[in-house]
Amino acid sequence: MSAEHTMGEAQARGRRAGRRPLRHDVVTAVIAMLVFTLLLGIVYPLAIEGVSQVAFPGNANGQPIYRDGTLVGSKIIGQAFESPRWFHSRPSATEGGPDNAAASTFSNLGPNSKLTREADEEQINEYLKLNEPYDKGLTVAKIPVDAVNSSASGLDPQISEANARIQAHRIAALRHLSLARVDSLIAKYTSARGLGFSGEPGVNVLELNLAIDRATTR
Amino acid sequence: MTFFGWATIAIFALVLTACAYPLGRYMARVYGGEGVFLTPLLGRPEAWLYRIFRVDPRAEQDWKAYARSLIVFSLVGWLLLYVVLRTQTLWEFTGLNPLHYHSATWDVTFNTTSSFLTNTNWQYYSGETTMSYFSQMAGLTVQNWLSAGVGIVVAVALVRGIVGRSGKSLGNFWQDVVRTVLYVLAPISIVGALILVSQGVIDNFSSYLTAHTVTGLTQTIAMGPVASQEAIKLLGTNGGGFFNVNSAHPFENPTGFTNFFEMLLVLIIPAALIFMYGRMTGNRRQGYAIYGAVMLMFLGAVAVAYVAEAHGSPAQHAAGLHTHVIAGSGGGNMEGKEQRFGIAGSALFDVITTVTSCGAVNSAIESYTGIGGAVPMANLSASEVIFGGVGTGLYSILLYVLLAVFIGGLMVGRTPEWLGKKLEVREIKLAGLGILITPLAALFCTAMATATNAGRESISKVAAGGPQAFSETFYAYLSQANNNGSAFAGYTGYIQPAAGNLGAHGVKLADVLGGSTMMLARYAPILFALAVAGALAGKRVSPAGLGTMRTDNPTFVVLLIGVIVIVGALTFFPALLLGPIVQGLTGHLY
Repeated sequence: MSAEHTMGEAQARGRRAGRRPLRHDVVTAVIAMLVFTLLLGIVYPLAIEGVSQVAFPGNANGQPIYRDGTLVGSKIIGQAFESPRWFHSRPSATEGGPDNAAASTFSNLGPNSKLTREADEEQINEYLKLNEPYDKGLTVAKIPVDAVNSSASGLDPQISEANARIQAHRIAALRHLSLARVDSLIAKYTSARGLGFSGEPGVNVLELNLAIDRATTR
Repeated sequence: MTFFGWATIAIFALVLTACAYPLGRYMARVYGGEGVFLTPLLGRPEAWLYRIFRVDPRAEQDWKAYARSLIVFSLVGWLLLYVVLRTQTLWEFTGLNPLHYHSATWDVTFNTTSSFLTNTNWQYYSGETTMSYFSQMAGLTVQNWLSAGVGIVVAVALVRGIVGRSGKSLGNFWQDVVRTVLYVLAPISIVGALILVSQGVIDNFSSYLTAHTVTGLTQTIAMGPVASQEAIKLLGTNGGGFFNVNSAHPFENPTGFTNFFEMLLVLIIPAALIFMYGRMTGNRRQGYAIYGAVMLMFLGAVAVAYVAEAHGSPAQHAAGLHTHVIAGSGGGNMEGKEQRFGIAGSALFDVITTVTSCGAVNSAIESYTGIGGAVPMANLSASEVIFGGVGTGLYSILLYVLLAVFIGGLMVGRTPEWLGKKLEVREIKLAGLGILITPLAALFCTAMATATNAGRESISKVAAGGPQAFSETFYAYLSQANNNGSAFAGYTGYIQPAAGNLGAHGVKLADVLGGSTMMLARYAPILFALAVAGALAGKRVSPAGLGTMRTDNPTFVVLLIGVIVIVGALTFFPALLLGPIVQGLTGHLY
């Protein structure tokens, strides 16, 4: 410390504090870490969990959906539907099959990668093969990107409205429902943008498929 | 691009400013020792904590004492976190390890510990297959709070040094940490966590669910105490996801509304700190000037990223996809993006978490277009000054302000003065070192990892053989050196044959080099910033004269942006060219 500046009271105190032995800092640091761990690592998460379980039990537990007493999934976690009789979710890159909700992952396919083009082409062919027979005139140019590009989480519960409307032709034909009926169910399970502007509208695939099942058995 | 996309960006900037302004005023009162509306509630607990910690909060510390307390506190925190993570099985009795996970190996734990201590939250591990609930709570969540607290107090101490008029004191480290946790982080985090749960973020201690799907398959669904960690992860610009895919996971970020709210949580404190700085200097326009500079750079980055992602990628176009907006679909590059966020919600989130040290992601940055991916890299190249992490952002940009004042002083041929204090050789040297250490660390490590076989082990299969392999490596060390934590997530540092860590092993070079870099690039700039604070604290204040360069007008805003861009560009442009810019300029597929 240089002596060229006026020694204020704070400075004098600062010098005193500066002489506090290192041992004191260590003791304080150990106590502080243990206390903070208790408060922020145990009490805080327990308190949030407790309040959440009382105030928002459905949300806090992942919005489980039951059918006939069986847990069939979570409302906000995507599932793989292989049969053409159901709406299909977005492509998913999770390991051990699509929509593995125990191990979320990105595809990490790059913008200039041949692998990305191949993956896109494969999805395009599959989508056309699946839907073109029921939606004549469907071409690659009309396929919405979300139907072909894999989602970020690998667990996207939604598809775009355009994607749903294309698949509606197939579902209506295979389920012997009118297209209007299917479209109205799509509208029912479409969520709007957050606050009216944030994000994109999306159709919840699991809820829609369950509704289609109900409509068919009735 | 859509109307709603641009509207989201504009509304976000307005709401952010409207929230950050009063918070800045509040924080100025908290650190100025004045009463706030929470004082009647929190005054008692605050006093208890000082007594338990055995500290006298009124004992002023000079910069060396302040720095020593900070370093000791961080070292103890590092050791405790490492022990908690390595003894995962010991805590089974709490019931908070329902899947009986073993501990991760030492190398990846070294990386993770350094990562959470330094507010980086780089993750080579994947949360739901590696960590018990106990590790997530008592280990990682704790440092989500404290690393944020440490960043904020350094900024506060630097501001005190800049404006100080009475000797060498920078305040008291312990008092600042306690006040940050109690008065700033806790109220917002508790309210934020509950808002998130009310919108669908999960919070429970259940074992993973097994669903029997209507198609006859079974689906295992990961659970956990997510909301409590999510709120502080964002508020403290930490960014370490509870799940592997971070804020892209529907349980971390379920709707368009939560996406907006989470973005606000990330930027609110960094933005408020700038207003706080203005108030603490006694001239709010000092804060407005910096706010204006960073807001301009921020909006520029958002616009570039949004346009690039909305345009789509060469791979999509080669496959024949049409990426423009059609009825019922937002179009664009949807590889690695979630439907509910769309292009704008993803690009905005991406820019927000890379200008700050947050590093949370709601989309796969590796799948961004070349230019879209160059934006987060450019943000990182600016060394966390465009808002920046909580605290880190403010102290980093103040070092740049100092540099800009110095350069301005050279241009007009006068001894540079800042807020009435003469800037001399010592401060400029310290600030220069504080600014340069991060880019040096990033470039050195990138070179090491690119040039060695041990380094190239980490490159993912999907990226190998093209410029993306370089981008991955460069991003990894740029992100870790800047304590950001976002990733081109294909880059590997931990190989896990099955959930629960049995038989897993780390990629040692990636883990150790990355971990050491995070520590160096966190604590060295902190020490330089505190040393600058110490050097400035004792200086006499002289009244501004006619020739004094003003630091609160548009001219200075332009000068400041110029200095930041030139330093960042000169340092990183060659590296950026090799990776993302090549990818962005070519339609060629590799």
